[in-house]
Amino acid sequence: MLRSTAAVHSRALVLFGLALGLGAIAVLSLMLGSNLISPRVVLAALVDPAQDVGAVVWGSRVPRTALGLLVGFCLGLAGAVMQGQTRNPLADPGIFGVSAGAALAVVIGVYVLGTSSVLTTLWLALAGAIVASVIVFSVAALGSGLSSPVPLAIAGTAVSALLVAFTSFLVLSDETTLAAYRIWVIGSLSGRTLSGVDAALVFAAVGIVFAVANIRSLNALALGTELASGLGENLIRARVVGLAAITLLTASAVAITGPIGFVGLTAPHVARAVIGGDHRWLLPASGLVGSGVLLACDVIGRLVGGTAEVSVGVVLTVVGGVVFIAIVRRARMVTL
Amino acid sequence: MVIVTLIALVAAIVIALLGIVAGSSSLTIPDAVRTLVGAGTPGQELIVIELRLPRVVAGLLVGAALGIAGALTQTFARNPLATPDILGVTSGASLGAVAAIVLTGGSYSVGAGLLSLGLPLVAVLGALASSAIVYGLAWRGGVDSYRLILIGIGATAALGGITSYLIARAKITDATAAAQWLVGSLSGVSWSSVWPVLVCLVVITPIALQQSTNLELTQLGDEVSTSLGVAVQRHRLVVIVCAVVLTAAAVSASGPVEFVAFVAPQIARRLARVGRPPILAAGLVGAIIVTGGDALARGVLPGQVPVGIITAIIGAPYLIWLLTRRKERETL
Repeated sequence: MLRSTAAVHSRALVLFGLALGLGAIAVLSLMLGSNLISPRVVLAALVDPAQDVGAVVWGSRVPRTALGLLVGFCLGLAGAVMQGQTRNPLADPGIFGVSAGAALAVVIGVYVLGTSSVLTTLWLALAGAIVASVIVFSVAALGSGLSSPVPLAIAGTAVSALLVAFTSFLVLSDETTLAAYRIWVIGSLSGRTLSGVDAALVFAAVGIVFAVANIRSLNALALGTELASGLGENLIRARVVGLAAITLLTASAVAITGPIGFVGLTAPHVARAVIGGDHRWLLPASGLVGSGVLLACDVIGRLVGGTAEVSVGVVLTVVGGVVFIAIVRRARMVTL
Repeated sequence: MVIVTLIALVAAIVIALLGIVAGSSSLTIPDAVRTLVGAGTPGQELIVIELRLPRVVAGLLVGAALGIAGALTQTFARNPLATPDILGVTSGASLGAVAAIVLTGGSYSVGAGLLSLGLPLVAVLGALASSAIVYGLAWRGGVDSYRLILIGIGATAALGGITSYLIARAKITDATAAAQWLVGSLSGVSWSSVWPVLVCLVVITPIALQQSTNLELTQLGDEVSTSLGVAVQRHRLVVIVCAVVLTAAAVSASGPVEFVAFVAPQIARRLARVGRPPILAAGLVGAIIVTGGDALARGVLPGQVPVGIITAIIGAPYLIWLLTRRKERETL
């Protein structure tokens, strides 16, 4: 009993540390950017938006920071639920066709409508993501059922490949489409504002609720499907809740920034290394790690690029990839 | 399983013949067979031997190489989602090739010149370098497949990030050339791009098959297989080298047709109704998908649809159909 209380304390401490780190990164994100503004002026503008720099601070840095926090949290959370559901370290949240469906919808939008405005793209991406994941679930449900994660993962990979093939076909046959697609596909926070993202926010909120509701089932599934159902776990309900959480969270993230799969893939591994495999702790930790990583990479991208900033997607994969390798080499990874 | 392998072999031969026949100038299958044994008209000989045959053979070899590499990777990683890509092969090759296209900076013609000469070489160098780095980074008194997968994820992401950055910053003509290479295509292959793949396949397939028993044993875990007398680390290195070299050879001929390495082993093991991907059958299924896809693209579809797109359009629905039809326990 004493030992378990100590364990709870140390995990709460880790979680607190992650939140603290995230807060520091958020402050940096407000203070730093391609426009050099002194911290005092930024603070003044935060209090009083009517200041000269208010447009930069409230029009660009605040929404960027807020959306970065949200998208990172969604992806980290979705990744943790995904790996808990599939027990597969290679399963990223995009595996249920969410990213591929969003990409195809966006490309069709540019190809047919000729528009690539942030708002149209957001709606198209949301719609494409949902349609694609419904297809994936139907394929898996028609076959071996949803109780085992393996057919789901394979169906997701196959459907994604199909959608990617159509995307490549459209992109290769039209230069305008390629021009828009090659920017969107990297993933970026630049130019995103808080207006018009309501739909994505609702998706994200519902997704978070589903993820929290799935925690107990995830811990049961960690024991294996047989043991979990032996313990009285309703496997189908556990799957449906988890998959809904993953789809909603990833879809809203993809709609806001474009596909940034890497956060969802790696944040859970990092979180698991610092806080262990219990999903009650792992889920919030993974979300915090996701937020922190995404926001930090966005700040780095703003600074290294100067006026032509480097998109968060590029920084994230390059810096994040290298850092992730370093962590994997040092830490004793907790296997799934 | 033997029957499935034999049927796949026959199907591959039939599809190869169809691949020779398919195309803009009309040939019949008897014509093609006659020309192959050396009794065709000079005109037929030019079309069959110089134009169609290298492409069909390249398709067969690329597909077989990727199918075998995929079966090896999925088995040793004990993960149906694993493709040679997690070893960094494809992302390294792609970065090499895209950098060559984009950074030569010159006109489109320079890019086109590189496409035929230097690109395969740069791609192979990129593939070998990055997979060596992934293996080296994963080494900590031995390579454990879980750590290797995680390192591979990181490396693939980092290399892919640089690749898409290069594409986003490039001139749109260069970006188009890069996007075309990344999809994978068999147009423009000649005999000179076929030989390296053939040599790799001939050398490596027996080694891969010989590792088959060890692959079976290592499914039980490192400790158990060590106690059964398997030199786990050496075996793992051999399997990884086989997969990497086969994939690199395939990529040099066709660009990354990565999806084949995922789908061929999965289709093969469902057809053969076995627990883990059969190596030879996976190679044959890969050969069928790539050659058949290419023949379809040339013979039926308008325009030149790259083989990388058509393999996904054929392979994915077929795997989906197999998935929905079979109600069995899925494990690996």
